[in-house]
Amino acid sequence: MFDINYTFHWNQAFRALPDMLAGAWITLQIAVLSMVIGIIVGVVLALAKQSRFVAARGFATTWIEIARNTPALFQVYMIYFGIPAVLQLVASWFDIDFRAMGINIFYLDSYWAVLVGIAFNNAGYLAETFRGGLRAVPDTQTRAARSLGFGPFDAFRLIVLPQMFRAVFHPMTNQMVWAILMTSVGIFVGLNIDLTGVTQELNARTFRTFEFFALAAAIYYVIAKIVTSGARLIAWRLFRY
Amino acid sequence: MIEIENVKKSFGQLEVLKGVSMTVDRGEVVSVIGGSGSGKSTMLMCINGLEPIDEGRILVDGTEVHAKDTDLNKLRRNIGIVFQQWNAFPHLTVLENTTLALRKVLGKSKKDADEIAIKQLEHVGLGDKLKMYPSKLSGGQQQRMAIARALAMEPKYMLFDEVTSALDPQLVGEVLDTMRLLANEGMTMIVVTHEMAFAREVSNRVAFFKDGLIHEIGTPAQLFESPERPETADFLKSVL
Repeated sequence: MFDINYTFHWNQAFRALPDMLAGAWITLQIAVLSMVIGIIVGVVLALAKQSRFVAARGFATTWIEIARNTPALFQVYMIYFGIPAVLQLVASWFDIDFRAMGINIFYLDSYWAVLVGIAFNNAGYLAETFRGGLRAVPDTQTRAARSLGFGPFDAFRLIVLPQMFRAVFHPMTNQMVWAILMTSVGIFVGLNIDLTGVTQELNARTFRTFEFFALAAAIYYVIAKIVTSGARLIAWRLFRY
Repeated sequence: MIEIENVKKSFGQLEVLKGVSMTVDRGEVVSVIGGSGSGKSTMLMCINGLEPIDEGRILVDGTEVHAKDTDLNKLRRNIGIVFQQWNAFPHLTVLENTTLALRKVLGKSKKDADEIAIKQLEHVGLGDKLKMYPSKLSGGQQQRMAIARALAMEPKYMLFDEVTSALDPQLVGEVLDTMRLLANEGMTMIVVTHEMAFAREVSNRVAFFKDGLIHEIGTPAQLFESPERPETADFLKSVL
C-alpha cells in the first residue's frame, strides 16, 4: 500500500460557487464585448482587404495574418506589456515622458488588455470568415439595390450585410465560444476577476486544484452550450427565409 | 426623353458598344432585339449609370447620366430596371422587398410605403403573397415582384433586360402579361427581349442590335415584314 494524500473536498468548491459565477459573469462580459468589437472591426477589415487602396489592403492583411498565425496568448501579452513599452520608448526619443506628466495612456489594466487582445484576435478570424460570406452574396444584389436608388453604403448595409451574416452565422458562433475560452489567457496578465482568475486564486488559497478547476471547466462548458443553443434559437428567429 | 448619342464602351479589349444612337420619347415602348452578346443589355446598364461609358453621352430628361456632377442615386429613382436574374432580396418578404427603397431612399413612412407597395403588388397579381419570402415564390412570381418593386418608385421609365429569359416556358406568359399591362397604361419602356411576338405586339418601335451597333430601327411592321438591312433579315429568319 502507498499513501494517497489527496481526498476530494467538493463542499469547499461548491461553497465558492457564487464567487466563481461572479467570475463567469466577467468572462462572459469580456467575450461579448470582444465579439461586438471583433464583428465591427472584422467587417471593416474584410472590406479593406478588397479595397483598391494598397495601404488599406496591407493594413488588413497584416492584422489578419498576425491574429490568425500567432498564439492568442502572445497577442494579449503584447497589448499588456509589449506595446506600452514600445510606445514609451518611442515617446522617449522625442523627450516626452508621459509618466512624469502623470499620464498613463499606454498602460491598459489587465481587464482591458484581455478585452482588446481577444477583440484583435476575433477581428482577424472574423475578417476572413466575412470575406467568404461576402463572396456568397452575388454582385447582382448590389446592382439591383443601386438601381433602386440606394447609395453604396445603404446598399451594403441593407442588402449585402444581412445576407452575409446569415452565411457566416455558424462560424461566428464558433468564434464566440472560442472567445469565451480564450479569456482564460487573462491569467497570464494578472486578470483575477474572471472565471479562470477567480479559480486560480481559490486554488492558491486552498490547493483543491482538481475540484476548483473541474467546477470551472463545467461552468465554461455550460456557458459555451448556452451560447451555441442561444445562437441556434436566434438563427431560427432571424433567418426565416 | 432618353437620348443616346454615339455611345461607345469596351470591356478591356472587347468593344461592346461601337457608337449606339437612339432616342426614346415619353410614352413610347421600344423593343431591342438581337443575338446574345450583341451589347443590348450593356446599353441598358449604361442608361441608368450602372456601367460607365467610354465615349458619347446619354441624356435622361436632359440630364447627362455620366456627367461628373450628376446625382445618380436621384436619377435612378426615375428609371426602373428589371433584370434577367430577378434579384429579389432573399432576406426580405415580398412586401419588405417592395417597401425598402420607398422608406430608405424616398423617406416615406411605413404606412405610406405599405400602401403604395400593396397597390403595386396587387397590380401584378401578388396581393396574396405579401408576407412570403422570395424563396417560396416561382420564378415568374419573383420576376413580377421585381417589376412591382421598380414600379413602386413611380419611375418615368422602365428598362427590361431579358426579363423572361431565365424563366420556365410556362411562366413567361404571366410576366409578359404584366408588361403588356404597363405598356397599355402608357409607361415609357425599353424592352430588351428575345420574345419576338411580344416585341411585335406591344412596341411602337423595334431596334435590331448586332455587334454593338443598332443596324435598323423602325415600327414593328417595317422591321419584321420588310427589313431594309440584310443582317436584320438574316436574324429574323433564324429566330422566327
